[in-house]
Amino acid sequence: MQIVFDNLGGFGDAMVVTIELTLMSFAVAFFIGVLVAGFRVSPVPPLRLVGTFWVETLRNTPVIVLMFLFFFGLTKVGVKYSAFTSAVIVLSAYTSTFVAETVTAGINAVAKGQAEAGRALGLTFPQLLGLVVLPQALRTVVAPLGSVFIALIKNSSIAGFFTVAEIFGFAIRLNQENERPIPIFAGAAVAYLILSLPTGWVVGLIERRVAIKR
Amino acid sequence: MRARRASSTSLLGDELGPRGRRRVAGATVVSLVVIAAVVFVAAMRFADHGQFRAALWRPLTQWSIVRFLLGGFVDTLKAAAVGMVLAMVIGAVMALARLAGHRAVRWPAVAYVEFFRAVPLLLLIFFIFVGPPTWDVHPSVFQALVGGLAIYNGAVLGEIFRAGILSLDRGQGEAASAIGLTHRQAMTFVILPQAARRMAPAIVSQLITLLKDTALGVIITFDDALRRADNIGTFYNNRLQAFLFVALCYIAVNLVLSRISHRLEVQQRRLGAAPIDVVGVDDLAVMSISATADE
Amino acid sequence: MRSHRNNRLWTIPVLVAVLCLTAAACGSSSKKAAPAASSTTVPPTFPAGTTMADIQARGKIKVGIKYDQPGVGLRNPTNNSFEGFDVDIARLMAIGIFGGTMDTIDSKIEFIEAVSANREPFLQNGNVDIVVASYTINDTRKQVVDFAGPYLLAHEDILVKTADSSIKSVGDLNGKKVCSVAGSTSEKNVVAKAPQVQLTSFDVYSKCAEGLTDGRVVAVVTDGPILAGFVAKSNGEFKLVNAPFSDEPYGIGLKKGDDVFRAFLNDRLEKIEADGQWAKAFQATLGKLGLAVPTPPAIDRYGTVGASSTTTSSSSTTSTTVKTAPATTTAPVAEPTTLPAEETTTTPTTTP
Repeated sequence: MQIVFDNLGGFGDAMVVTIELTLMSFAVAFFIGVLVAGFRVSPVPPLRLVGTFWVETLRNTPVIVLMFLFFFGLTKVGVKYSAFTSAVIVLSAYTSTFVAETVTAGINAVAKGQAEAGRALGLTFPQLLGLVVLPQALRTVVAPLGSVFIALIKNSSIAGFFTVAEIFGFAIRLNQENERPIPIFAGAAVAYLILSLPTGWVVGLIERRVAIKR
Repeated sequence: MRARRASSTSLLGDELGPRGRRRVAGATVVSLVVIAAVVFVAAMRFADHGQFRAALWRPLTQWSIVRFLLGGFVDTLKAAAVGMVLAMVIGAVMALARLAGHRAVRWPAVAYVEFFRAVPLLLLIFFIFVGPPTWDVHPSVFQALVGGLAIYNGAVLGEIFRAGILSLDRGQGEAASAIGLTHRQAMTFVILPQAARRMAPAIVSQLITLLKDTALGVIITFDDALRRADNIGTFYNNRLQAFLFVALCYIAVNLVLSRISHRLEVQQRRLGAAPIDVVGVDDLAVMSISATADE
Repeated sequence: MRSHRNNRLWTIPVLVAVLCLTAAACGSSSKKAAPAASSTTVPPTFPAGTTMADIQARGKIKVGIKYDQPGVGLRNPTNNSFEGFDVDIARLMAIGIFGGTMDTIDSKIEFIEAVSANREPFLQNGNVDIVVASYTINDTRKQVVDFAGPYLLAHEDILVKTADSSIKSVGDLNGKKVCSVAGSTSEKNVVAKAPQVQLTSFDVYSKCAEGLTDGRVVAVVTDGPILAGFVAKSNGEFKLVNAPFSDEPYGIGLKKGDDVFRAFLNDRLEKIEADGQWAKAFQATLGKLGLAVPTPPAIDRYGTVGASSTTTSSSSTTSTTVKTAPATTTAPVAEPTTLPAEETTTTPTTTP
């Protein structure tokens, strides 16, 4: 275990990179996901098509295939970003599908009466979505979104294989130099636990605070 | 008047009036134009970089190359099959342990599930490959991949099984003991069959996730379709095309599986069962919300 | 109604299974059926208990090679076949155990991809019997595995875009983005010789070559033969800087402590070097890339009686004393060979 304590600084830096990666990806994924969810329930058929296409293609492909495609494939058409940026783009695209699915289910769970009342007031579709439905839907889906966030923390480990110095990547490089896989990777696992367990508690807190008291 | 599909107005609650229809028509046109523009720009980008050249696409139309790629898929399916079976066994054990009476049996199961669901699967697979050699145990690439898949998905399936069993009405268990069945008989003839039917869509959903996760094997040089696509890409300089092909294969297989899962779920709902509440499971996040609309 | 639905659902797994089976069946039929051995090479018999006897009894030898290095070790997806100098050396070793010819020996070999970082683990695990994968001999590695050979003396060089003339030697790499592979000697050497280098490490060199094409890195550092393969494949896009640094003797990796097997492999290497098969293999693979056939380096039988002078690599790893293996008492497999007369090693000339 000494090797872990000797490299606490390195692990700490790696955890910061993981946090950055996760937060940035989730922010973008949330934005795209809500947008795509809006598309999927929209009355405009091409938008529904785009939403369905986005979700069905990206959700059914392994995230590592997407990384290969983006990092090594799309460079052929000049789409070239650093490893960190590529990871953020791919992870946000992939995670946005889960956000979209979750938010869609949340939208569908909002009582029909709300939408009807909104229509009775003469709201247009975007107003209906933005002022009435989404605020209620989002409060319902805090818990599933929290689990999507934790899944993203775990998926960020993919970036380590593509040379990003986050927790998994750091552990691999450390192991190469020192050949002490058990303490090093146990340390990496603990690092992920340190990130995901408190997140779970915070999500639970938020959920209880914003829950709609029916 | 052509009847509109119910889902297109499910959110709005009623038919659109003439103004609304005009707006929607306008939005349709605008969005079609935008989509066409995006596709056009992407295609031009591809063409400018010569990525439409036949030389890059031809290898993927040759049966020998395609067979080479599909051979990789066979390995993927093998790993997924073995992994799923092992995961179901582990999941069953964990679920029963968590529902047991004794704390000494429950707590290790809880610890197992919480730990392995918080750790990335990638880390687990890599660890199983490089860790045990220190203790003189040498897993092969296949064994490390399957082991990681089984351990992780066993934890998730354990939660699914437990939720499935718990989702049953208490009345079923009470009725079973009322007619004199022992606990074991009640489980075998009354509870488990019903729970199994309810869990079917969730299990198929997890199978999709497991299939996607087998692709992680490339990190420990598992010779699957992705690695072979990389090989092809190096050989013919057509990495972009090769990876697109592999992505399409995965999408095709998973679309079929998700249709099955959806059909199972619809069937369950028609029978009156509520979707099982498994909060916190990655792909099942949506199932925890009682959806009212059939898509 | 319910049974109708259940019936339909069962067809899906059946379809998938049928698909798998046909793909697998078609896949296996792609391997060329080995015709009756047209050669007169009779497989030798080995004393019971030796690795060679075990491999012979098993019917296949498991060889770790590279899958993505043209000219050195490459898997051809068209027919799932393998080509390259390392591959031919492995075939010649296998012929020493099973007999046969170069055309028929593939049925007795199971090729496995051994990326640089996995070479030692695979040997320790027993996943492979030998590793012939641009495997540089050095003292650090000798602590965990043994080496037969060397069978080629390579030197590290630098690969850049043809238009790039700013990099003339390894010292110029300071401050530049350079790519190498995790677990290789090149990784350590370039950091030692150019401490301010910005190093990117992937798991295989083909990804580095991609990185060079895409502009993610400006140079790739590894052994000359490997780079020559990428130059040849690049259609003029890449060139070798031709400023070799460090010696990289390639050896056949095998499990540590197996001195009988090592002696067998060394003897076999000497034989193919003497009777021209080594040169023929070089000509057919690396020779096609424009490299002139060099003189094979002297075999290093370290730790046993009658060791020749060694060609050690100048890697910057800490040098520790090599544990000498105790002399084995089983009868040697081949007749004892005499010390090779010449000990000079010439550097292979590389043409960009």
